Amino acid sequence: MSTTAIPTGTKWWSGGRSPFNASYGKVMMWYFLMSDAFTFGAFLISYGTIRFSVNDWADPNRVFNAFPFAGHANLPLAFVSLMTFILIFSSVTMVLAVHEGHKMNRKGVEKYMILTILGGIAFLSCQAWEWTHMITGDHAVLVNGQIEHWGTTMAKNPWGTEVMHNGQLVSTPGPIAFGGYFFGITGFHGFHVLSGVVINIIMYIKTKLGHFDDRGHYEMIEKAGLYWHFVDLVWVFVFLCFYLV
Amino acid sequence: MSAHSTNTEVSFHAEHTGGTKRIWKIFWVLSALTIIELALGYFLYATHGSLGYAAVLSTKIVIGILTLAKAYYIVSVFMHLGDEVRNLIMTIVVPLVLFVWFIIAFLADGNSWKVLRNTNAGSRPSVEQVAPAAIEKGEKK
Repeated sequence: MSTTAIPTGTKWWSGGRSPFNASYGKVMMWYFLMSDAFTFGAFLISYGTIRFSVNDWADPNRVFNAFPFAGHANLPLAFVSLMTFILIFSSVTMVLAVHEGHKMNRKGVEKYMILTILGGIAFLSCQAWEWTHMITGDHAVLVNGQIEHWGTTMAKNPWGTEVMHNGQLVSTPGPIAFGGYFFGITGFHGFHVLSGVVINIIMYIKTKLGHFDDRGHYEMIEKAGLYWHFVDLVWVFVFLCFYLV
Repeated sequence: MSAHSTNTEVSFHAEHTGGTKRIWKIFWVLSALTIIELALGYFLYATHGSLGYAAVLSTKIVIGILTLAKAYYIVSVFMHLGDEVRNLIMTIVVPLVLFVWFIIAFLADGNSWKVLRNTNAGSRPSVEQVAPAAIEKGEKK
């Protein structure tokens, strides 16, 4: 579809043009995203290292099995699937906004930017609910022969090995690193989503004010789009590392 | 085309004015891959404890490969990296190859800690027993 006829033998590096055939801003956005990928990669690999080094890491299907308004129903993978589809869909509306931008269609860009922003807010709301549910959770944990009731926090992990106590199956404290990694990495990702939403709102306002029509191109929408897709891309890996395996 | 005329750095423009068919196609591909991943994830949950180590590991590897496929489609189509010139693609993709080494090295390290934890190799003698021996070694050198 988007095939470009580049004459063979084009001397990209002889000066006078971008060897990357892209504007400065777009190239720098790519490099920023690459460095950000290393940051997230380092976090996730660090998480993986610790997870591989212990015997009783939390089973994601046991930890993430709740759904809003479903009470104590055991629904593994359900809520996180919803979050994943919200983010994939907002990625689609973003790429449609970029597409409308190429056609210089201001109304189209506005419509799809609004949908993208709503998707981002929906995702953040889901995450807020999930965090609240985990922190305020109430799980029976056997600590020094006594039953205590713990939520999941940076300092407490109620998802250790399950043991029998007075005829009941109860948890023991799990590796303390779980909360730190979970809240640290999903929090860092959530903060990216939040800043993506703010950037998208700014882009929406600038579109509405006709700034990009005056400028003659919608490249800012493309750059905001790159950032937004990156956020979706990172979620794909967070989803894999924390919830699926 | 005239839409981009203000950018003097750019020599050639990719033709973006086509339909949205490709975007929706990729949306369905991503959704399908996610559903397969979820099905495999649910399979791991439903068979918890009854599968062998190799079966669990290979299912997880398949899920990982599907994730990489999703990443490829997002970067190549949604972020339009596939439409950029080769020079730009290479400066982004080649450094990321470092991840191959990072993942292998660090996960192997984590695993070796687990092995130490679970075997006698992990139970070290107390500090008092170790210290004199260490000093002796140092003196010999």
